[in-house]
Amino acid sequence: MKFLKAAFFLLALPVVLVLLWWVSTMVNPTFFVPSPGELVGTFFDTWFGERFTNDLLPSLGRLSLGIIGSVVVGVGLGLLIGSFRPLRQLLEPLLEFFRAIPPPVLLPLLMIVMGVNWRMQVFVIIFGSLWPVLLNTVEGVRATDEVQRDTARSYGLGRMARLRYLILPAAAPQILTGVRQSLSIALILMVISELFYTSSGLGFTIVQFQRNFAIPEMWSGILLLGLIGLALAVLFRYVERYILRWYHGLREVQRES
Amino acid sequence: MTALLNTVSEVRRLRRRTSSSPQAALLGAAGVVGFLVLWELVSRLGLVDSRFVPPASDVLVRFGQYVVDRAFWRDVGDTMLSWSLGLLIAVVAATVLGFLIGSSRFLERLTHSTIEFLRPVPSVALIPLAVLLFGVKIQAGLLLIVYAAFWQVLLQVIYGAKDVDPVADATARSYGLSRFQRIRYVMWPTALPYLMTGIRLAAAVALILAITAELIIGTPGLGKQIAETREGGAITSMYALILATGLIGVAINLVVRFFERRTLRWHTSVRMEVAG
Repeated sequence: MKFLKAAFFLLALPVVLVLLWWVSTMVNPTFFVPSPGELVGTFFDTWFGERFTNDLLPSLGRLSLGIIGSVVVGVGLGLLIGSFRPLRQLLEPLLEFFRAIPPPVLLPLLMIVMGVNWRMQVFVIIFGSLWPVLLNTVEGVRATDEVQRDTARSYGLGRMARLRYLILPAAAPQILTGVRQSLSIALILMVISELFYTSSGLGFTIVQFQRNFAIPEMWSGILLLGLIGLALAVLFRYVERYILRWYHGLREVQRES
Repeated sequence: MTALLNTVSEVRRLRRRTSSSPQAALLGAAGVVGFLVLWELVSRLGLVDSRFVPPASDVLVRFGQYVVDRAFWRDVGDTMLSWSLGLLIAVVAATVLGFLIGSSRFLERLTHSTIEFLRPVPSVALIPLAVLLFGVKIQAGLLLIVYAAFWQVLLQVIYGAKDVDPVADATARSYGLSRFQRIRYVMWPTALPYLMTGIRLAAAVALILAITAELIIGTPGLGKQIAETREGGAITSMYALILATGLIGVAINLVVRFFERRTLRWHTSVRMEVAG
């Protein structure tokens, strides 16, 4: 019974929406919107053939490189900047400015400076999605409990040990909040870095469909990007649960007491 | 004991923040000046190709020319118009829907899977659709902005409306407050900090999407200008325009934070900051 109820809440609204969509395309077929059945068929025909290896995999590869790069650089620099107060104060306004630049405007610049190639595409993803991770890491390091820090120091923990056992775990919830913001920026940048002067990638292919008025194929591309976004969100939630398992437990205990 | 330790570290944190703030401002200014000098030097001394990285002074001069140029302000106006319209539509729609969904356990569970499915769809995926429907009109940009900003606000408002203290709600009920009054006096103050967080996140995302739409679709605004400087190879102008977008971003952050503080003046999190 409990299971049925859960299934009802999970599926009721999506099923109703899809039915509405189906009925409306049957009653009143338009050029702009394919029916659900048509879309699903097109989705498999379009993406699970040559395009899987030619467009989808390279795009996902660049996306992963970009995400890994921005997390590594962001956490690394963030730990460094957050640990030294004068350095932090020196760089804070600059970093706030760089974060405020809408990342897509860097694309035209990098196209001139680096040319259009996969290195530039990865670079733009890293440079654009770096800032939320970096600034959240700085903030997380800064907010480490001072008593705990003093305790660790007076117990003679070395710099590396303090970093590993105190600062990183203490900053982890903040860092992961930053990573979550970065993920959506990275995905946006992956798509738009493929829109100019390239001949492969998801962004390129989808715009190509639109220009040729291949409407069901275009919708299947939108669906695919949506599924990638969903997969990233689900993956992130598992990673977060794993890394912060101690933190969620702590919060629960605190809430009960 | 832990409570005491927490208080001690809290007091220390506050004291440190107040005592160091003029110094921090000075260092921050030094950082900005230092960055500009470094940029000027690497370009002038030829450490990087000055075709690609023009000296800071050239870029600042070009920026100054833009500031007295009326066409530039028209572009800024276009960008800000689509930004503010998109943000407004998203915030109003998301607040209304968020209260509706958040106030009912049934609705919240019913819509959960759909929201979690639609939310991660990157709004740039809708670019082809926007072009198909609206061409280069402002609506194309609005579609992207509203889609991106809507989810940020909606999620926060739902959290906020759910966060209502059950005792406060029960008290309001037993005092005979109507549904509308409970929304106004119990749910609204609880959800307001969440709503403000949502607006802050949405304002930043909306700017990104506004500029992206101009850059890629070609709706009028700063983004379109940047695309045109690329085609013309006017790289100094491009740097100046990128600088302008960054400054707009900073200004939006400051304004939203100011607004957030004013609206939540009564709230403990803000009162604490003021006290420090």
